[in-house]
Amino acid sequence: MDILLSAIEVLSRWDVAIALLVGSIGGVAIGAIPGVGPAVAIAILLPATFSMDPIVGLTVLLGIYGSSMFGGAIPAILINTPGTAVNALTTYDGYPMTLRGEGRRALSLAYSASFFGGIFSVICLIALSPLLARVAPMFGSREIFLAALLGIILVIVAHRGQMLMATALTGFGIFLSTVGLEPVKYTRRFTFDQTWLASGVNLIVVVLGLFALSQALVLLTMDDEKVRLTKSRGSLFQGFRELARHPRVATVSAGFGVFMGMIPGVGEFTAQFMSYTSARKMSKTPEAFGQGSAEGLIASETANNAVPAAAMIPLLALGIPGEALTAMMLSVFYVHNVVPGPGLFLYQMDFVVALYLALLLLNVLVVIFLLISTGWLVYLTKIPNRFLGMCILLLSFVGVYSIRNSAVDCAIAAVFGLIGYVLKRLNLPIVPIVLGMVLGGIMEVKLRASMNRVNTPFDFIDRPIAFVIFALIVVILLGTFWRVWRDWVPTDRRSLARKSSDRFARRIAGRKTRHFEIKTKQQRRRRSYDHMGS
Amino acid sequence: MAGQAVFILGALGLSLLLLSQITTQTVWIEDAKSFPAQPRFWPGVAIAMMVTSFGLHLLLMRRRRPDRLDWVEARRWLEPLEYVLWFMAYVFLVPVAGFLPMSLIFACALTWRLGYRDAGYFWVAALFAVCTVALFKGLLGVKIPGAAVYDALPGTLRSFFILYL
Repeated sequence: MDILLSAIEVLSRWDVAIALLVGSIGGVAIGAIPGVGPAVAIAILLPATFSMDPIVGLTVLLGIYGSSMFGGAIPAILINTPGTAVNALTTYDGYPMTLRGEGRRALSLAYSASFFGGIFSVICLIALSPLLARVAPMFGSREIFLAALLGIILVIVAHRGQMLMATALTGFGIFLSTVGLEPVKYTRRFTFDQTWLASGVNLIVVVLGLFALSQALVLLTMDDEKVRLTKSRGSLFQGFRELARHPRVATVSAGFGVFMGMIPGVGEFTAQFMSYTSARKMSKTPEAFGQGSAEGLIASETANNAVPAAAMIPLLALGIPGEALTAMMLSVFYVHNVVPGPGLFLYQMDFVVALYLALLLLNVLVVIFLLISTGWLVYLTKIPNRFLGMCILLLSFVGVYSIRNSAVDCAIAAVFGLIGYVLKRLNLPIVPIVLGMVLGGIMEVKLRASMNRVNTPFDFIDRPIAFVIFALIVVILLGTFWRVWRDWVPTDRRSLARKSSDRFARRIAGRKTRHFEIKTKQQRRRRSYDHMGS
Repeated sequence: MAGQAVFILGALGLSLLLLSQITTQTVWIEDAKSFPAQPRFWPGVAIAMMVTSFGLHLLLMRRRRPDRLDWVEARRWLEPLEYVLWFMAYVFLVPVAGFLPMSLIFACALTWRLGYRDAGYFWVAALFAVCTVALFKGLLGVKIPGAAVYDALPGTLRSFFILYL
C-alpha cells in the first residue's frame, strides 16, 4: 500500500503529468503521420530526456511508444497506409470497411481494441510483478548472459528468410559495441589510433543515424503521394459496444500480445500475425477476414497494443531489451544511474509501480484524446513525404548535436544514416544492429563476471534458471536447424532464359514421351492383331 | 533483389579487412583470468559472425556476380549524399550563425530545393524551425551552444539569444 501511495505521489508531480500528456498526444500525432513512427521520434527525443528525471523521461518515451500504435491505425484504416509498421495488418480489414463507408466504425473498433490490449497488458504486468520480484533476484551474471544470448538468438530466428543477414548484422552491432577502450584493462580496440574512436561508438548516435536520418533520406529521395480521404459514417463510440460482443477474440489476441511482448526479439509482428490467424480459426465467418471483418481488426489492434507494456518486463526485470525501442529506453536508465534488473524490484519498487500506473493512465488519456481529435488528426496524413523528410532532418540534428555538441558525432550519424538507407532499400533489417550493440555490451560484461566463478563448463548451467535458459537455447537452435534442413532447396543458378528454355524442353519431351507411348501401344496392339490374325 | 550482390561483396570485403586487422587493433593479455576476458575475444566473435554469415549468404546467392541492374541500384545509394551534405553544412554553420537563424535558413532553403514553391510551404517550414528551436533549446534546454554572431548583440539580448535561441 505504501508503495502504491508513493507511486501515486510520483505521478501527481506536475512534470510527470505534463510528460504523460505530451507523450500520449505526441505519440498519437507521430503515429498518424505515415513515414515517421515511434522509433524515429524516440531516437530524436532521447538526448532531450537525459536532462529530465528518469521517471519523466521514461514517461515521455513510453507515452510515444504506447500511443503511436493508436495513431497508426488512422492512416491504416482511412488511406490504406499503416502509420507505423505494426499497423500493417490493420489495413487488411480497416480499409475495406472505409471503402464501404464505415471508416468511423473501423476507427472506433481500432481505438477500443487498442485500449483493451493496452489495459490488459498493464494488468498482466501488475499481476506478474510479485512473481518477477521473486524470480528477478535469482538472475546472476550467468543467467543474464544466457538471457541476453537467448535474446540475440531469438532476434536472428525471428527474421525468417533473412537469418544469415540478421546474424551478420547482429555481429556488426556486437563489433560496434567493442570499439574503443575495453572495460577491464583499458586497452584500445579497433580505434586505428584515432582519438575520437577511443570513447567508442555512441549508441544514441548509431540509433539516430539508423532510424531517424535514414528515414529522412528515404523520404527526401521518394516521390510525394496524393492522399484522398473518403467520407465515412458511424459513431466513434460504437466500437466499444462492438468489442464487448467479441470478448474471446479480444482476450486471446491480448494474450498473444503479452506473451510475445515478453519474449525478447519477437515483438508486435509475430503477436499480431498469430492473433489474426487464431481469430480467423475461431471465427464463424472466416471468409470475411481481409474483406472488412470486425474480428480481424480487433485481433490485429489488440495484439500490437498489448506488446509495449509486456516488452517492459525483460527490460525492468533483467535489464535486457527485447527490441529496438526498449533498447533505446535502456540508455535513459544508464544515463541516470538507474540499473534495470533485479535490484530495481528490490530497492525501487515505487519507481516500477509508478511506471505501471503511468502506462495505465496513458491508455485512458490517448483514447479520450483520439475521441476528441480524430477529425483533425486525419489531415496529418496529407503532409507531403519530402517535406516530412526535411522536418526529420532538422530534428535529427537536434538529437545528435545535443549529445556532445560534436560535429564528429553528426558525421558518424550521417554515415549510419546512409547505411540505414541502403539497408531499407534492400529490405534488410536494421533492428539486429541496435540489439547486437546493446546485448553485445551486456554479454561481454556478464560473461567475464560469471567466468570468475566457473571452473568447468558444466558449472555454468548448474543453477536451475541457467539450466532452463540453456535448454531453451538448445531447443530453439535445434528446432531452427531442423526447419532449415527440412525446407532446404538447392540454389537454382540458371539464368531466366536458361530456365524457360529448360521448361519448354521438358514440355516438348513430355509430348514426345506421350507420343511415343501412344505409338508403342498402337504398334503392340497391331502386332497382337497381326498375331491373332495370322 | 537488385543491389544485394554489391552490398554483400562490400560487406564481406569490409569484414575480411577487419579480420585481417584483429591482431594489430586488439591486444592479447598473457595473465587474463579466462579466455572470454581477453580483449580480443568479443571483437573476434563479432567479426567471425560477420565473415561467416556474409560469406554463407554470398555462397547461397543465386547470382554472385553483380550485373548492370545491381550497379544501377548501387548508384541510387549515392542519391541521398546531397542531403547528407546539406545536413553537414547545417551542422558546421550552427555554431557560427546560430541555431534559430540557421534552422530558418535550412528549413526554407531545403523546402525550395525540394521543389515546393508555394508560399504556404515556406511559412510552414519557418514556423516549424521556430517551434523546434523554442521547444528544444528554449523549453527543454538541450545543449546547443550560442553562435559566434551573437557576440555582436548588446548585453541582455546577447545572453537571451545564447541561452534560448
